[in-house]
Amino acid sequence: MNFPTPRYTGPAIAAHWLIAALILVAFPLGVYMHDLPLSPNKLKLYSYHKWIGITVLLLFVPRILWRITHRPPAPLPMPAWQHKIAEGTHHLLYLLMFLVPLSGWLMSSAKGFQVVYFGVLPLPDLVGKSDDLGDLLKAVHETLNFGLLVLVGLHVAGALKHVIIDRDGTLRRMLPFGK
Amino acid sequence: MKIRTLALTAAVLMAGTAHAVEFNQVDAGKSSLAFSSKQMGVPVPGSFKRFTSQIAFDPAKPTAASTTLEIDLASIDAGSKDANDEVVGKQWFNVKAFPTAKFVSTGVKALGGNRYEALGKMTIKGQTRDVVAPFTFKQEGASGVFDGAFVLKRMDYNIGEGPWADVSAVANEIEIKFHMVANAAKK
Repeated sequence: MNFPTPRYTGPAIAAHWLIAALILVAFPLGVYMHDLPLSPNKLKLYSYHKWIGITVLLLFVPRILWRITHRPPAPLPMPAWQHKIAEGTHHLLYLLMFLVPLSGWLMSSAKGFQVVYFGVLPLPDLVGKSDDLGDLLKAVHETLNFGLLVLVGLHVAGALKHVIIDRDGTLRRMLPFGK
Repeated sequence: MKIRTLALTAAVLMAGTAHAVEFNQVDAGKSSLAFSSKQMGVPVPGSFKRFTSQIAFDPAKPTAASTTLEIDLASIDAGSKDANDEVVGKQWFNVKAFPTAKFVSTGVKALGGNRYEALGKMTIKGQTRDVVAPFTFKQEGASGVFDGAFVLKRMDYNIGEGPWADVSAVANEIEIKFHMVANAAKK
C-alpha cells in the first residue's frame, strides 16, 4: 500500500475535524447538563452548548457549499454495499449536522430563551414561546441526537474497519497531517 | 349680578375640576408588573401576577401624589417552571420568611410634559433601599395610565445568594416595568 492515495482538500479536512471536535464536546455536554439542578453553572453550560451548536450550524454552510463544488476523492476499492452504506451515512451525517443544531435553536426559542451567540449577538427567535412546542422540540432534538450518535458510531466503525481490517488508505485521506 | 354669579360659579367649577380629578382607584386587572433579567446575556422576561397598589395622583398637583405597591412574591413567573421553583427559595426571595415586597413613595417630581419621577423606599427580603422610578402619565377617558421602568440591583436586596451571587450568570441589573391603570374617584 505504498502508492499515494488522493486526499480530501484542505478545507474539507479542516471542516471535518473542527465540526467533529465541536460535536464531541456539545453532545456529552448536552447529556450531562440537562439533568442538573438549576444553578449558575447550568446556565453557563447551556449557553456554551448553544454557542457550540450555532457554530456547527454556521460552519455547516461553507462546508456543504465546498462539498457541492469539490468532489471528494473517489472511494478506494470496496464492495458496492459497503460503499452504499458509507455514502448513505455521510449524507445523513450532513443532514443531522444541520438539523440537530437547528432543532436546538428552535427548542430554545420555544422554551422562551433566546439564543444570544457568545452572550453578545442575539439570534432571532424562529418560533414563539410555547410549552407544548417546547416539549415537542425537546423530543425532536433528543431523537435527532440519538440518530447522530448511531451515525457517528457507524462512521467511526467504518473508518476503523478500513484501518484495521482492510488496511487501506481510506482514513488517511481525511487525516490532517497524512501524506 | 346674575352674570357675576355665573362667572363665579364657572370659575369655582373649573378650579374644582382641576383639583378633583384624582386617579386613585387602581384597576388590578388592567395593571401589570413585569421585569426582565439577563441570564448569560439572554434577556428573560418575567412578571408578578398578584400585587396590590394604592395610587393617589392628581395631574394638577403631581407633587402631592403618593403610591404604595405590595407584591405577592410567590406569584412570580420567572420564565420557566424550573426558575419559578427556584426563585421562591431561600437563596432568592425566601418567600416563606419574606412573602411580600413593598414600595412606598416618599415623593413625586414633575419632569415636564407627561413625565414624572416617583421617589420611594423599596423593601425586599428585609432590605430597604431608595428607588427612583421615572414614569409617564396619560389620561385615557376616565382612567389614568402610568407607565414606568427602572433598574433594580438584585444584590442590593440579597436576591440570589450563595452560588447565585455570581452576576456573570444572572446579571445584577433587573429591569422593572410597571403599567398601572387607576380610575378617577367617583365623588
